[in-house]
Amino acid sequence: MARSLANRAARSLFSVGLTFLGLTCVTFFIGRVIPIDPVLAIVGDKASAETYARVRAEIGLDLPLPVQYWRYLMKVVHGDFGNSVITSHPVLQDLLQVFPATLELALPALFIGVVVGVPMGVLAATHRGRWQDQAIRLLSLLGYSMPVFWLGLVGLLLFYATLGWVGGPGRLDVGFDDIVSPITGMITVDSLLAGEYDVFWNAVSHLLLPASILGYLSLAYVARMTRSFMLGQLRQEYVLATLAKGLSPWRVVWVHALGNVWVQLVTVIALTFGSLLEGAVLTETVFAWPGLGLYLKNSLFNADLNAVLGGTVLVGVVYIGLNMFSDLIYPLVDPRARDQ
Amino acid sequence: MATAPVLGTARAWLLSPAPASRTQARFGRWFRAWLGFRRNPLAMSGLGIVLLLVLMAVFAPLIAARQAATLQVLADRLQPASWLHLFGTDELGRDIFARVVFGSRITLTIVAMVGVIVVPVGLAIGLPAGYFGGVVDTVLMRITDIFLAFPRLVLALAFAAALGPGIENAVIAIALTAWPPYARLARAETLTSRRAEFIQAAELQGASPFRIIATQIVPLCLPSVIIRLTLDMAGIILTAAGLGFLGLGAQPPAPEWGAMVSSGRQVLLDQWWVATIPGLAIFIVSLGFNLLGDGLRDSGDARS
Repeated sequence: MARSLANRAARSLFSVGLTFLGLTCVTFFIGRVIPIDPVLAIVGDKASAETYARVRAEIGLDLPLPVQYWRYLMKVVHGDFGNSVITSHPVLQDLLQVFPATLELALPALFIGVVVGVPMGVLAATHRGRWQDQAIRLLSLLGYSMPVFWLGLVGLLLFYATLGWVGGPGRLDVGFDDIVSPITGMITVDSLLAGEYDVFWNAVSHLLLPASILGYLSLAYVARMTRSFMLGQLRQEYVLATLAKGLSPWRVVWVHALGNVWVQLVTVIALTFGSLLEGAVLTETVFAWPGLGLYLKNSLFNADLNAVLGGTVLVGVVYIGLNMFSDLIYPLVDPRARDQ
Repeated sequence: MATAPVLGTARAWLLSPAPASRTQARFGRWFRAWLGFRRNPLAMSGLGIVLLLVLMAVFAPLIAARQAATLQVLADRLQPASWLHLFGTDELGRDIFARVVFGSRITLTIVAMVGVIVVPVGLAIGLPAGYFGGVVDTVLMRITDIFLAFPRLVLALAFAAALGPGIENAVIAIALTAWPPYARLARAETLTSRRAEFIQAAELQGASPFRIIATQIVPLCLPSVIIRLTLDMAGIILTAAGLGFLGLGAQPPAPEWGAMVSSGRQVLLDQWWVATIPGLAIFIVSLGFNLLGDGLRDSGDARS
């Protein structure tokens, strides 16, 4: 059994490596087709043909494509995405600096999605076809259909501008800026560590709206998947057997059936987290939230190629990592998956 | 069905338990699926929304004046809703109602173009993988897995940025990241019928693999591919609108809904309708496709 587990890990690692190669191939390709001449960007259009050729050779554009790709790959593996044109810092440093802000948004959203979405999915499955099921289905479909940037704007209009219940765009009110020095980069955590409770509550008020909106969108997906997994479980004979033995239906559903579903849910939760990260581009634009998404978007419009491709690789790597994680966790929690 | 259909009517012909021809059997099957579908109010409202969208796109010039969508009347800037401007006017004095109506054409174009690219590509990868198996399967599915593990929006963003903004490039960007599920679906459907006797019969008659795939397997795959496509439409619309919102989709002055939301952002607090109404259009249309796809999937389940 240990051997099959090692086998599985090796296979998973192989496919991860392959996917990573594919990802870097695509970003490399994008880097080549972008209609900006990187040489021209360095030397300017008044340079002589000689200078142009020299710089071209310096950055390696005269080499054959596979060699260029190999060089690019080696740099990426070492975390070298080049320097950002706008901030003039190394792209990796920039990315690591903005990433906690995105995480601070994605984690509460994921929490809402799981804590509310899973019970809703279970409820829909146990009440299949009844009004509870229909209501939850409609709620999920509404979430699936919602343009996140529009929901964000409507939310700001209603809860911030009209009712004044939540903080506006940004992570803090201007007056609270720079009080807490970053440790984790997540303001809520840092302010608690520093004992600055005013800052904490201000950060929470700003976090409330975007996190709830993203939470609702994740909830839609999680509830939907939980429902279909649970329906699969409730059809099984062991459910009938445990009921016949006299266990309360409540216990059978929430302990036995749900316990078996968690394994599949891990994959769903990992995927949800991945989609939260990439959806950040739109949410963070609407909420002026200085995270990965906003960084990507700003780089995009300033033709900061290194930053865009670095960000794409980072999101891709997190994505691939999440896929591998759910792939590996499967046999650990589900004995049936080990034999395959 | 409580009462037996009256003999001689179209209904009786469709529901006949002993169809006399292949055509009759096929139409009968569709009709039964439709009867099931019709009982689902959510799915029917989805169908209604999608039909309305198509009608709106086709008859756009009859519903609103074509010039009104791009005509700038600066004196009429940011007017609230009135009989003259049903949804008010935007920051350049353009009629929002006309822009929403003509914007439906852009949305439908994007959706149709993505569908036209994604389905053949998915089939071209998935069918041979399922039919031939072995090395072909491994190689093709590995490639599919690679694309499946990509973050869709971010990659579409990078592509759109590389190729330059515009509808065509947005379509290419979305299509590049949307085809893998179709390849998987086509492969799975092929595997289920690969060993069927009618395939073996065709093989024994000397039909080439290409012929078998095209005439025997493709028709079997199409229903589930179409259902999947309907469910995907909402996602495609949202991604396209997102690209438009970021300024990477259709370019001004084209009345693209996502771009309209984006331009209304500056005046959100004072003139809420400029940003909210096009967003509402995006929401309703993608809800329509979701409801329709959901209903189609349910009636598809009942069949199998």
